[in-house]
Amino acid sequence: MTAVVEVRDLSVGFATDYGEVEAVDEVSFEVREGEVLGLVGESGSGKSVTATAILRLIRKPGRLTQGSIMLGGRDLCRLNEDELQQIRGTEIALISQTPRTALNPLLTVGQQVARMFVLHAGLTKAESRKRAIEMLALVGIPEPERRARQYAHQFSGGMCQRVMIAMALATRPRLLIADEPTTGLDVSTAARILDLLRELGRETGASILLITHDLGVVATTCHRVAVMHAGQVVEVAPVRALFRHPAHPYTRALVRSIPRVDREITMEPIPGAVPSLLNAPAGCRYADRCPWVEERCRRQKPAMTEIAPEHFVACFAVEDGRAAPV
Amino acid sequence: MPPLCEVDDVKVHFALRGSAAWLRTLRDGKPPVVRAVDGVSIDIEAGSTLGLVGESGCGKSTVARALVRLVRPTAGHIRFEGAELTGLSDQDFNEVRPHLQMVFQDPAASLNPRLSVRRMVEEPLKLHSALGAAERKERGEAVLEEVGLGAELADRYPHELSGGQCQRVNIARALVTNPRLIVLDEPTSALDVSLRARVILLLEELRQSHGLSYLFISHDLATVRYLASRVAVMYLGVIVEEATTAELFDRPAHPYTRALLAAVPVPDPDAKRDPFVLSGEIPSPIDIPAGCRLRARCPFAQPVCAEPVPYREVAPGHFAACHLV
Amino acid sequence: MTDVTRPPIAPLAPTSATLRLVWRRLQRNWLSAIALGLIVMMMLAAAFAGWIAPYEPDATDAAATLQVPSLHHWLGTDIYGRDLLSRIIYAARVDLTVAFGATAMALVIGCAIGAVAGLYRGIVDLIIMRCVDSVMAFPAFILAMAITAALGNSVGNVLLAISLTQIPNYLRLIRGEIFRIREMEYADAARVVGNPAWRIMFIHLLPNALPPIIVQATLAMGYALLTMAALSFIGLGIQPPQSEWGSMTAEGAQFIVTGEWWLFLFPGLAIVLMVLSFNLIGDSLRDFLDPRMRGVR
Repeated sequence: MTAVVEVRDLSVGFATDYGEVEAVDEVSFEVREGEVLGLVGESGSGKSVTATAILRLIRKPGRLTQGSIMLGGRDLCRLNEDELQQIRGTEIALISQTPRTALNPLLTVGQQVARMFVLHAGLTKAESRKRAIEMLALVGIPEPERRARQYAHQFSGGMCQRVMIAMALATRPRLLIADEPTTGLDVSTAARILDLLRELGRETGASILLITHDLGVVATTCHRVAVMHAGQVVEVAPVRALFRHPAHPYTRALVRSIPRVDREITMEPIPGAVPSLLNAPAGCRYADRCPWVEERCRRQKPAMTEIAPEHFVACFAVEDGRAAPV
Repeated sequence: MPPLCEVDDVKVHFALRGSAAWLRTLRDGKPPVVRAVDGVSIDIEAGSTLGLVGESGCGKSTVARALVRLVRPTAGHIRFEGAELTGLSDQDFNEVRPHLQMVFQDPAASLNPRLSVRRMVEEPLKLHSALGAAERKERGEAVLEEVGLGAELADRYPHELSGGQCQRVNIARALVTNPRLIVLDEPTSALDVSLRARVILLLEELRQSHGLSYLFISHDLATVRYLASRVAVMYLGVIVEEATTAELFDRPAHPYTRALLAAVPVPDPDAKRDPFVLSGEIPSPIDIPAGCRLRARCPFAQPVCAEPVPYREVAPGHFAACHLV
Repeated sequence: MTDVTRPPIAPLAPTSATLRLVWRRLQRNWLSAIALGLIVMMMLAAAFAGWIAPYEPDATDAAATLQVPSLHHWLGTDIYGRDLLSRIIYAARVDLTVAFGATAMALVIGCAIGAVAGLYRGIVDLIIMRCVDSVMAFPAFILAMAITAALGNSVGNVLLAISLTQIPNYLRLIRGEIFRIREMEYADAARVVGNPAWRIMFIHLLPNALPPIIVQATLAMGYALLTMAALSFIGLGIQPPQSEWGSMTAEGAQFIVTGEWWLFLFPGLAIVLMVLSFNLIGDSLRDFLDPRMRGVR
């Protein structure tokens, strides 16, 4: 399978009064054609910043310090603002976790979806209106013709998110970035939004980068997963391998730290706290929380190693076989 | 033994205001009312945790707020340690407050940004005890220690704390007067995965060591399963099902409970999913349908569902409000 | 993480570094630093006018009337031979005192009434707000004119007039803040813990409502200066021979046609610089007090 977008050694720094915060530290991964890649991590892990960087929307005081983002043979890091504007919305689309504020309260929902067709596909007004209603029907909004004439405040949170998905997919993007798309929603609404995303991804051929902190969402929605901790990607694996054989000590702890609804388990919290990213040390940022830490981990950054087909992990303890087998 | 706290057919209705409400009054001949809580009865046994679950807008937080008198119930009774709370004056209710505390959803927003951790934790002692400054300080630090915060954090301000630390301060403040019951309103939903686990374990440990009781309100069913011994499910202002935790999660009787459980994503790609879903969305609590409130969304709905729903025992200790079980 | 422009983990501020932080921020905001410098300079000059001013403000000198700015009289002299620089320095005493006094009085009264409205809501709030509405129905300057005209134009009455026109601003601002904060979770938490109403107000609500009030007060300082100068300019404020920037500008205006430009220019410049300085400080204070801006370069 070919990669739709390929992120290599991407770093993002934020200048603060106290020094440089390295929010994303040499992150590499790729999103392949037609897949849903989960980018998991806690807050402060840099997952949202990574997504923002792919859209090249990092604002001051943040900046891209190194790396490349390849999309269709072009490096997004080397494009100017005009070229990026062409790509955003047509080749990469974004769904945010606050659908209500992302919609314009002064335009009807139909107008906003139709505008995508006018702007990016050059359709006429009448034609784009027809397509907008089709799009609303596709994302499961009942009575799309009537609802298209309504405003965002007449929609529930779940319905707003459906409209956002309609707008994002209107231009048939190659990559859809969904940043915590179900965070503010109730469980049953969230489940239906995730089902919808998966289905539409399959139908339209869009690859999806799903950013989430919820391992349940990952397990039910993603094909592959990249785990982030304190700005570093520590493990990339197919979803089943990640849950069956988590390799990195952080991933292992993460999987054991969540309660389950389907059976009773004993929960073990992750030791330590997320380290400060301010003037962060050179080595592995999980070192202070890791049971298998050794001198080298603090000095040197472990490289990604393939421990099983398609299963990559950045950890010296796993590489050396010091880590307990899973 | 009577339960520690009894909520008996409590209703909380809010009158709507504004021009739209006025127009409705003209149309319907009576002012529109939001029936946020519409006849809820629950018992909280001493030393146990009752989970109260439901989606946003179901009224679960309003039940919590009525318990600690942040809102006044429109009707019904609340009894605590056998004493009636409903008719008490605000002054008399203040006597009960040290025994009946609450922890809120947003750890940072429920701390006054201008007060130090120490002042916040000592405040209940200042209000309710005769302790001197030195004793308050000692007690405050002891409680901070108990929730896992060192004394060196006592002089910090909320913006200098992490989310997990903030929630520990909130728990310490609720704990400092040795309460019997703590109402926990989504105490872990604003926390990250790793912090959530630790706060959950802390709450369980404190419950056991202090003989506390919790009313644990959450939409996070996995956490409820971990903490609660009994669970009540709320939909549109009423309890639709109540049972022991294992019974409710393994044998849900009400279609709403089943749909809720089916919707929770399980962190296991091989887990079997129950494809059961309800159609539509929660209706507005102003226009509540007669009969079963789930009727319009329920795939099993029959003509009988338009009749008033009996709340009955479907198995020992397992209650549900559904015509069809 | 909704706000990606924020560093993911807010570094803790060592309290000893706070001063350094203020300094660094001022460096970045050099315009405000200049403004702050100007205000401090003017305040010092007013306080130590006796030592700093080269001449007595009211000392006339028949031999040196309407002098062009020179080494002897840096800003020139007026028609009575009084030194303009000395008069401007002494005038700062009156102007700054009245501006501070009026602002402080308006702030205290406005906050007190606004807090009552915010606390009791309902009918109390309704009555207070309708009163405020009726005060605000008059243009503030006309109202100030009417008050000084009715009460006579002493320094105290000018202060009172300016203060009265400003009370509604603080009142509305603090009432809005109290309404917002009383719905916050920490206000609920304070109630659950059993705080009596007065403690909720004074410990949990008011201190958190103050930051926007402080910004408003700084901006209002400039406005107070301007109102006072305007009142004096049209003869309803401070009366000659007491030196005051507004009345000096009014006097100087008569001489523009005959070419004695300095009499108008320098007092006017003093007003403009001070008003501008207060506005600049107010703006950067707004950024500084916004916790979201903390730590971001």
